[in-house]
Amino acid sequence: MVERSFEVVKPGLATTVQDLGRPGYYHLGLPLSGAMDRFALIAANCLVGNPDGAAGLEAVFLGPELRFSADALVAITGAELPPKLDGVEQPLWTAFSVKAGQVLSFAFLKAGARAYIAIHGGIDVPEVLGSRSTYALGALGGFEGRALKAGDVVPLGAPTARGHEGATLPVSGRRPVQASGVEIRVVPGLYWHRITEEAQAGFFEDSWKVAPEADRIGYRFRGGRKLDFVPRKQPFGAGSDPSNIVDSCYPYGSIQVPGGTEPIVLHRDAVSGGGYFMIGTVISADMDLIGQLQPHQPVRFAAVTLEAALKARAAETMRLKQMDLLLP
Amino acid sequence: MQTRYSFGGDEHIFVEVAEEMSLEAFFKSLSMTNAVREANIAGVTEICPANASFQIKFDPDIIAPQDLMAELKSFEAAAESTEKTIATRIIEIPVLYDDPWTNETLMRFRERHQDPNSTDLQYAARVNNYESVASFIAAHAAAPWFVSMVGFVAGLPFTYQLVERAKQIEVPKYLRPRTDTPRLTIGHGGCFGCIYSVRGAGGYQMFGVTPMPIYDPAGKISYLKDLMIFRPGDIIKFRSIDRAEYDATVAAIDEGRFEPRIASAPFSLDAFTADPDGTNAKLLEALNG
Repeated sequence: MVERSFEVVKPGLATTVQDLGRPGYYHLGLPLSGAMDRFALIAANCLVGNPDGAAGLEAVFLGPELRFSADALVAITGAELPPKLDGVEQPLWTAFSVKAGQVLSFAFLKAGARAYIAIHGGIDVPEVLGSRSTYALGALGGFEGRALKAGDVVPLGAPTARGHEGATLPVSGRRPVQASGVEIRVVPGLYWHRITEEAQAGFFEDSWKVAPEADRIGYRFRGGRKLDFVPRKQPFGAGSDPSNIVDSCYPYGSIQVPGGTEPIVLHRDAVSGGGYFMIGTVISADMDLIGQLQPHQPVRFAAVTLEAALKARAAETMRLKQMDLLLP
Repeated sequence: MQTRYSFGGDEHIFVEVAEEMSLEAFFKSLSMTNAVREANIAGVTEICPANASFQIKFDPDIIAPQDLMAELKSFEAAAESTEKTIATRIIEIPVLYDDPWTNETLMRFRERHQDPNSTDLQYAARVNNYESVASFIAAHAAAPWFVSMVGFVAGLPFTYQLVERAKQIEVPKYLRPRTDTPRLTIGHGGCFGCIYSVRGAGGYQMFGVTPMPIYDPAGKISYLKDLMIFRPGDIIKFRSIDRAEYDATVAAIDEGRFEPRIASAPFSLDAFTADPDGTNAKLLEALNG
């Protein structure tokens, strides 16, 4: 019997194995990791009949080229990165069959940043600390702790009976990636009191652009005004710049602003702590949106209350619960 | 000390025990996080102690944020009266100061530095009033350092030197973080030292490198079977080595012949506060004895 696998013909820009992450080790500096757009990974898994937490591939900007060793059922979601099978374009958000020997490739990216590739049976790399997610900075998990390279042969798990060809998520159930008008909701807090009232207001008035330094660790933004700090004598141990603090933990989604100039939103491969002050935290429901932002894309931040964040979270949870019902 | 509580979005609570760093703030933070762990609160998913603060990650579908906040506040009074003695380990870290790799890196990021005309070591020696880089290095390697936080990246220790405050080394972080730092760089920012466990971004001044890995995702290095070596409360003693010993140590690690020098020792905050030099002498005796 031939082992189920695929061979990486071309790796794309940074294609990694990801599931829903590795909670429980942040206190040792090992972040959650997992899909940057969890909604899209869960949708792709649903379409091929996998459990939500099965490992798939996350491809950023440029898709990989994969040759399958066995028949498989595949679904692509997230960014508009149109899939092709032996050169023939296939639909997004829809399960399609791949025959042994066929090559899955992708056309150029149309919108968004990250596409998710789910294959029924899931990707069968070993679990490390309870997850198959790749944490590339720590060379941990995924496929040998790194992004895929040409020539890698990636094992697939045993398929379940649930998935079927043609399963599609109706447009109403998808979350389209936005090319403009993206608003990221933030609960002000953490070291919010460190900047002046003018700076607090200005942060939410200004239009920001995604900087080229944007990856799984954090997204940097540019274009807004420099933040002014409330004057103080720096506390012992913090360092002399007003943006310095005594090194502390960084929440996922927290917005640090080194030097007061370029905000950085920490994401799923976040550094767990450090010495830059933070003005607040992106709400959990909007973290997936950040993972789909492209460099230079304009973004605004909007201040919301904790209660609003909890409502948005409940709405997101409901949307995930209903996903199964929308499938044919 | 004024404790400050804040929500980090809908999934985190951030507790700043004190604005400035002190061993008292560290022990209070450690005590509060221990209390949270022992209380086994449903919905708490991560407990992350830091230098003078800590963070709790939780699932708001299981515990309401305000309820968890109230529960955390209830631990504060008890934390202040907890005994401040811990059983710890003292670990020797060999360091090649002023090494070629951090020198190459710092030159590449000069435009992000406060003083583009100095190296990080020259700058740190000057702003801390040392007459030379050599005397600065001697002070860095003389007294032991307390691991007051593990994090940033996998297994990275933040360290706090066990000397009176007037003698503590303080340097600003880079104006803008570097995108690259050599693996195993000995860094310093604010009052904290660190050892970068992996290559990557960083904002601390760079003083040297150790040949001794402190994190091994492959689990092949004998003393790193648990992935990483450091836990909060450990004590580090740096020892300055030359290039020949650096190269020999790298070779010994590659061949599986290297074991770090580690000794068990108790650490009492009260004893240290009363007699820093005497307490350090005992720690070094435990290591060298």
